[in-house]
Amino acid sequence: MSVNIWTIVMVAVFGLVAIGLYGLLIIRNLIKVVVALQIFAKGTILVMVAAGAMSGKPAVGQSLAITVLVADTVVTVMALALAIQVRRWSGTLDTREISKLRR
Amino acid sequence: MWIQILVLGSTLVCALMAIRASRLLVSALWLAGCSAFLALSIALLGAPEVGVVELSVGAGLVTILFVFAISVAGEETVGVKSVVPRPLAWILMAVFAVLLAWLALPGLVASALPRDALPFLRALWVERSLDTVLQVALIFSGVLGSLGLLADRREVGRASRKAGEGAAP
Repeated sequence: MSVNIWTIVMVAVFGLVAIGLYGLLIIRNLIKVVVALQIFAKGTILVMVAAGAMSGKPAVGQSLAITVLVADTVVTVMALALAIQVRRWSGTLDTREISKLRR
Repeated sequence: MWIQILVLGSTLVCALMAIRASRLLVSALWLAGCSAFLALSIALLGAPEVGVVELSVGAGLVTILFVFAISVAGEETVGVKSVVPRPLAWILMAVFAVLLAWLALPGLVASALPRDALPFLRALWVERSLDTVLQVALIFSGVLGSLGLLADRREVGRASRKAGEGAAP
């Protein structure tokens, strides 16, 4: 198989998604969990653009990429607001400490 | 092609550093760098509109949000012990990447289909107009939800305490 531009893009997508997944598995700080989620979503945006261009419908892929970008930004806003509230009420951002709290 | 390799490699390095950085602010700045490199890569792939939106929203707005959240919540360095054991995380990540590559890479041989003539703006505003309406609704609900979450709850707490005192004998 010859190495073309889409192979390189796909390798980068695997890298971004794998780094995001590793971060989601390993991180305990609530704000850094959101950072890992952002990296995961960046891989998704890149694969949307690449898949649209590869299947001959670049405009559809790009508009879906913008949809993913907007939805991901709203998710980030809500997650950061929740993290601020958790910090305000429980005094910590550590997910293990938060999961010990009962009611 | 070499420019694309360089830009995508920089994106991956920035993403890795954003995960590895111990300070939250440094992590947010590495994420902004990752976003900027990704926007450049998307523009080089022939989608400058998405690149501009990614640069302004991903590198601009989200970074400002992170800095705001870190300044409100405070810099807290959580210890190194992770949720799952680190070797297990590495193994899961490697299995995931290999499975994804196994699924996706054979489809890459039949690339280079002819581009259709559908312009991007027509696709966004006419063909996918439902998506656009849903995006507007999502943005409004996100703004309202974050305002509700960030509002000061002391008034609510005082009111509920008064109600509790009234109920107790």
